[in-house]
Amino acid sequence: MENLVSIFINSVFVGNILLAYFLGMCSFLAISSNMEPAVGLGFAVTFVLAITTPINWLVYHYLLAPGALAWAGLPLADLSFLKFIIFIAVIAAIVQALEMIIDRYSPPLYMALGVFLPLIAVNCAILGASLFMVERDYNFVESVVFGASSGIGWMLAIVTMAGIRQKLRYANVPAGLEGFGISMIIAGLMAMAFMLFSGITL
Amino acid sequence: MKITRNKAFKVFFTPIWESNPVSGQILGICSALAVTVQLKTAIVMSLALTFVLAFSNLSISLMRNLIPRNIRIIVELTVIATLVIFTDQVLKAFLYDISKQLSIFVGLIITNCIIMGRAETYALGNPPFLSLLDGIGNGLGYSQILITVAIMRELLGAGKLFGFQVIPDAFYAIGYKNMGFMVLAPGAFIAIGLIVWLQKTVSKE
Repeated sequence: MENLVSIFINSVFVGNILLAYFLGMCSFLAISSNMEPAVGLGFAVTFVLAITTPINWLVYHYLLAPGALAWAGLPLADLSFLKFIIFIAVIAAIVQALEMIIDRYSPPLYMALGVFLPLIAVNCAILGASLFMVERDYNFVESVVFGASSGIGWMLAIVTMAGIRQKLRYANVPAGLEGFGISMIIAGLMAMAFMLFSGITL
Repeated sequence: MKITRNKAFKVFFTPIWESNPVSGQILGICSALAVTVQLKTAIVMSLALTFVLAFSNLSISLMRNLIPRNIRIIVELTVIATLVIFTDQVLKAFLYDISKQLSIFVGLIITNCIIMGRAETYALGNPPFLSLLDGIGNGLGYSQILITVAIMRELLGAGKLFGFQVIPDAFYAIGYKNMGFMVLAPGAFIAIGLIVWLQKTVSKE
């Protein structure tokens, strides 16, 4: 249990997937100029991360990892080099399926999240979380917590950024720095603030 | 003949400075930030990305009349993922230490928006030779930013380049200190912000 809490705190604050590992920057920069879409995208990413990370865990540990095919009578098989292509296919398939399921059962949620779902399939935070899950050797429960809390951390960062960029409209930014340049510097300052959490020990 | 040569020239050189993929088109920022703590990893990453970009552009352009429009994204992803798996295996075989340091970022070349972006906007509509040039040009544009940021971060953050100490001991003796800040995540964001500022100001003049 303590272990899970520490994974949660670590992936929301200290090792924030966006500000410490730089994953999902493209959509972070593109969607953060207004509050409402930022919140929508944040929820969509959290949702997809919480589902795809555990599913990729199952796929990896029962199909791809060295010795994972023992149940099929192939104890020597090692398909782990295929993980990139399989993970991205799983993610794309899940995003597509989710889009259809949400559309069928909850039109209001579809209205809120629908436009962002296709964007998410190529968001590197999603593939990144699955690859980190393999690299850090999480077990199944840990991978659920890791997926969900990475999503929450990502959402926290994009919503904060949207708030700051709304205030920024009234600021006098030097020529040449406005737009992309100043966004990067703000992200740098936010990353600094998030690093302060690294003193927390549990 | 002169016109084609000019066109090829333009296709190759525009992305290196004017419409640089990282600072101009805002694509592929994730890896530009993450692998630039050391110059060595940045150079390996640049080579890997340029290779994947050049060959994905070439193969997608060769197949551009055969790919049905509806499933083009999945075809593109398959081509890219295959090239990335190949790169990853080569790195693991010949440069194991560096591939450990790059950790997941080689795999993340698949979702690097530069590659998808160039495949979608360029390779799908242009002949193979020009697409190959466009791929190499964009790869070099990306490499140029990556290497600049890496030099800045490794020199200021650790006083080294390629792992060798560059800043003389005499400097440290009179009180010069490494900026530990540049090695950490926030340093990367701010370094890129400043480079973009410089580039925009220079190209305006």
